[in-house]
Amino acid sequence: MAGSFGAGPVPDSADVVVIGGGVVGCAIARALSRYELSVLVIERSPDVATGTSKANSGILHAGFDAEPGTWKARLNVQGARLYAELSEGLGIPRKATGSLVVAKDAAQMETVADLRHRGIDNGVPGLEIWSREQVLAHEPNISPEVAGALWAPTGAIVCPFLATVGFAENAIRNSVRIVTECAVTGLDVADRQIVAVNTTRGRVATRFVVNAAGLHSGEIARLAGDDSFTIKPRRGEYILFDRSVGKLVNTVLFPTPDKVSKGILVSPTVHGNVFIGPDATEIDDPEDKETTAGGLAGIIAGARRIMPTLPLGTAITEFAGLRAAAGKDFVIGPSPVARGLVHAAGIQSPGLTSAPAIGEVMVEVLQDVGLRLRQKASFVPVNPAKPRFHEMDRATQAELIAADPLFGRVICRCETITEAEIVAAILSPCGARTVDGVKRRVRAGAGRCQGGFCGPRVTAILARELGIPVTSVRKDSADSWLFMSRADLEAGEGVHA
Amino acid sequence: MRELSYDVVTIGGGPAGMAAALAAREAGAERVLIIERDRELGGILQQCIHNGFGLRRFEEELTGPGYAHRYIEMVKATDIDVWLDTTVLAAEPGGVITSVSPHAGMTVVRAKSVVYSMGCRERTRGAIRTPGSRPAGVFTAGAAQRMVNMEGYLPGKEVVIVGSGDIGLIMARRMTFEGAKVKAVFEIMPYSNGLTRNIVQCLEDFDIPLYLGHSVTAIHGKDRVTGVTVSKVNDRLEVIEDTAFDVSCDCVLLSVGLIPENELGRAAGLALDPITSGARVDQFRQTSIPGFFAAGNVLHVHDLVDWVSEEAAIAGRSAARHARGELPALGSERSVTAGEGLRTVVPQRLSAFEPGKMSTHFYFRAAKPMGASVLQFWADGVLAFERKLRVVKPSEMIVADIPVRKIGDASTLEFLVVPAPEKIEAEDEIEEEA
Amino acid sequence: MMERVVHAIQCIGCPIGCGGEVVVENGTVSEMSGFTCKKGLAYAAEEVVAPKRMVTTTVRVSGGGLALLPVVSATPVPKERIFDCLCLLRGVTVVAPVAEGAVIVSDALGLGVDFRAARAVSPLQ
Repeated sequence: MAGSFGAGPVPDSADVVVIGGGVVGCAIARALSRYELSVLVIERSPDVATGTSKANSGILHAGFDAEPGTWKARLNVQGARLYAELSEGLGIPRKATGSLVVAKDAAQMETVADLRHRGIDNGVPGLEIWSREQVLAHEPNISPEVAGALWAPTGAIVCPFLATVGFAENAIRNSVRIVTECAVTGLDVADRQIVAVNTTRGRVATRFVVNAAGLHSGEIARLAGDDSFTIKPRRGEYILFDRSVGKLVNTVLFPTPDKVSKGILVSPTVHGNVFIGPDATEIDDPEDKETTAGGLAGIIAGARRIMPTLPLGTAITEFAGLRAAAGKDFVIGPSPVARGLVHAAGIQSPGLTSAPAIGEVMVEVLQDVGLRLRQKASFVPVNPAKPRFHEMDRATQAELIAADPLFGRVICRCETITEAEIVAAILSPCGARTVDGVKRRVRAGAGRCQGGFCGPRVTAILARELGIPVTSVRKDSADSWLFMSRADLEAGEGVHA
Repeated sequence: MRELSYDVVTIGGGPAGMAAALAAREAGAERVLIIERDRELGGILQQCIHNGFGLRRFEEELTGPGYAHRYIEMVKATDIDVWLDTTVLAAEPGGVITSVSPHAGMTVVRAKSVVYSMGCRERTRGAIRTPGSRPAGVFTAGAAQRMVNMEGYLPGKEVVIVGSGDIGLIMARRMTFEGAKVKAVFEIMPYSNGLTRNIVQCLEDFDIPLYLGHSVTAIHGKDRVTGVTVSKVNDRLEVIEDTAFDVSCDCVLLSVGLIPENELGRAAGLALDPITSGARVDQFRQTSIPGFFAAGNVLHVHDLVDWVSEEAAIAGRSAARHARGELPALGSERSVTAGEGLRTVVPQRLSAFEPGKMSTHFYFRAAKPMGASVLQFWADGVLAFERKLRVVKPSEMIVADIPVRKIGDASTLEFLVVPAPEKIEAEDEIEEEA
Repeated sequence: MMERVVHAIQCIGCPIGCGGEVVVENGTVSEMSGFTCKKGLAYAAEEVVAPKRMVTTTVRVSGGGLALLPVVSATPVPKERIFDCLCLLRGVTVVAPVAEGAVIVSDALGLGVDFRAARAVSPLQ
């Protein structure tokens, strides 16, 4: 079976069905793609990574936060190590920035010392307590009130969206099918054994289902009569700043945590921006991604405690992300109710870091519940490199244009993204289907003008490459149409009414 | 990789780039090049299909494409080279310009003079931090204008416009003409940021309400915009409690300001004016980088293209003189300050005047709306020049021609706008008959 | 009985945007103040009795390098007929090439107003 990606019909049967195309689902699919199995990933949206995976801090935590012995503690450290091994081959942008937990007084210095001991218990390498002078030398813009910090050299940053795409693309290259715009409507259980998944695109017979449905994983469990856990969505707001102030901060800066959260961080991104956030608000609606005036004011105040002068005038966007919390630890393991159903749920922070390790551990969990595995001889562990024009030297850029003239047409001027890169992002095995999908893959529209200039052009390129009318191009979700035709409007209602 | 040499290169082929190139050629620059990213010349004018352009420059009321057409024909009638579909990646001090295009690949141009004429970009929702969700249907007014006027697609059918900048007002009428319902325009300031004529003929003509002193405090919708929440603000622009109301819509157009597009300059170490976000220039429109000039919206945002053309001609002539080595070297400059009542002044500094120069043009933006006022020019603490202004609006650029003899050798140069002692019936306008 | 109505008029003739008053007595303009040029006076006098506007919109193009051609009324259109003109133009498709200034619709709706091409459109290569 060849791998595929898109809103097609589901196959009649699959050895394993993974529900959810977030970073966790895609990492699991990629781990399963090493074996001779037919694997189907079902994703509700037109693209992967549209829920928790797209809007988070993008941090690879070193692993000193989690309580020793928990899934979080084990998978965080293992996941951070896996990213270091896998990122380059999978095309996942990652920077080993290290991280600092900043203390502002003697009491916080004690907390920081405790974190170091916990980190050592968790197997985190290289942790050091830094003096005020060391911190200021490394981070000249930090608050002068700093007393010291915990330095974690294995802390890193990653692009969470491209991490998901990297896993997904590699899974597809190794024969995984990802069906998008497909919602699960039911799980058929016979004699306490999963036998099929019903979806809006048809029924798939299967004996193994991985629940990686993120914010909706509680609902999925309940479809099999399993109410062993509940998801409490927690919203976090962020402000992203332009690359022109990218030098503000060199490493991930955490405040010293209190009992509630890790606090508001100030961090660079792999693309050279800076962000502040997140706060943590418990909400009921797992789709409520609204930012609020109070929330944004709160993260500004919080970030100022670490970084007193924030370049608020260079903010380019604000967004909210949702974390799928289900108690203190991840929910990993077989369903107590339905055989063949296994959960990778409640994956809150450090979920992004843990994702590749969750992939590995879920293979073991499936094996434990009876899935038989045979190594695939043809497994290809890497994705072909995608040229990033703006990162190349002039000579290489000239060669790229000579080979493909579309490298000579800059579509996104803020980030210097060429038409060739956009076309490649659409035609790739896990290709963009939406304007945001293009933006997240190649950053066209992710800069300071936020697509004001390139948005109409990207829309036209998507329509051309996908062979669809401009009026069918969407922003991100299935119903997020962007433009209507004059005829639609003249007809009174329009196709979108 | 091609390598070529030119006397004057303009980066951008909109109204500023074309006017600068033409003026440079006319002033004797022999090899002149316009580098344009789009597939045709004209820049933003091509999507501004409304009329009102050119009253000053051509003494006619033209549409945007019509105004562009005049300049395109003038450029065609010369031997100025035009590269379309070509993006400048870098313009380094010394005049080394690296550009790319699909048809010519990468090219390095050595220019004796460079004119920045890249125009401006629109402020975004992120820049004004409007909370809420991030559904489809939120566009900057200019992006929507391009889709409607050039591609023939509409961004929605029930529209709320945020900000009363001219593009927003123009789009209110355009969307109405296209059959959409424009529900309201919300402006956070107590006055409009658009031209009065646009308030009249784009809003009042169609009974579209303009809410001054109102802020959109949230955008709603999961897939597509479903509405906005609006509140009144006080004079510190803070939301007043219990004044919130919701307006349903499927489209939000933002017209909340324009920002000069100076990324090339910034990369080259250009000194910028923090208020205009454009380069700091002298009366020749020369920037802090020798041989680099700036004109049009990349220098400061204009409300009339006529002024853009005029300013670009100054920059183009100066660029030609610099290419011949006739422009005095930078140095020994005097700063010009925008004082009380004013927000910006261009030029921000003065170099030595050439012999025989009679007067020089200054452009200002007012800090706040005022009635009858007087523009004052103080040289070394002495009131050297006054001009009466019937009315002062931040949305309308003030232009004044100051005689060189009034400037003299003064080292402190400051402009002010103060209330006039009596009502002014007629301004001592430089354009009596529009 | 003598009827005297004072209209506050904001001139849209140019971007200066003069504001003034027009007094109409028994259906004729008797007094005007606040307008600073001839064009403004003419606009204000007309605005109180028979308001007119320049109309700009687009028509479809076939076989051209552009999807739409911007068009502009050669002279102002009576305000109450603007939407009729727009409706008429919505049904128009022109074939490229088009020269700038070419008449696209002449004497629209018998109003004596021509609509002209605001730019040139070359044929699709």
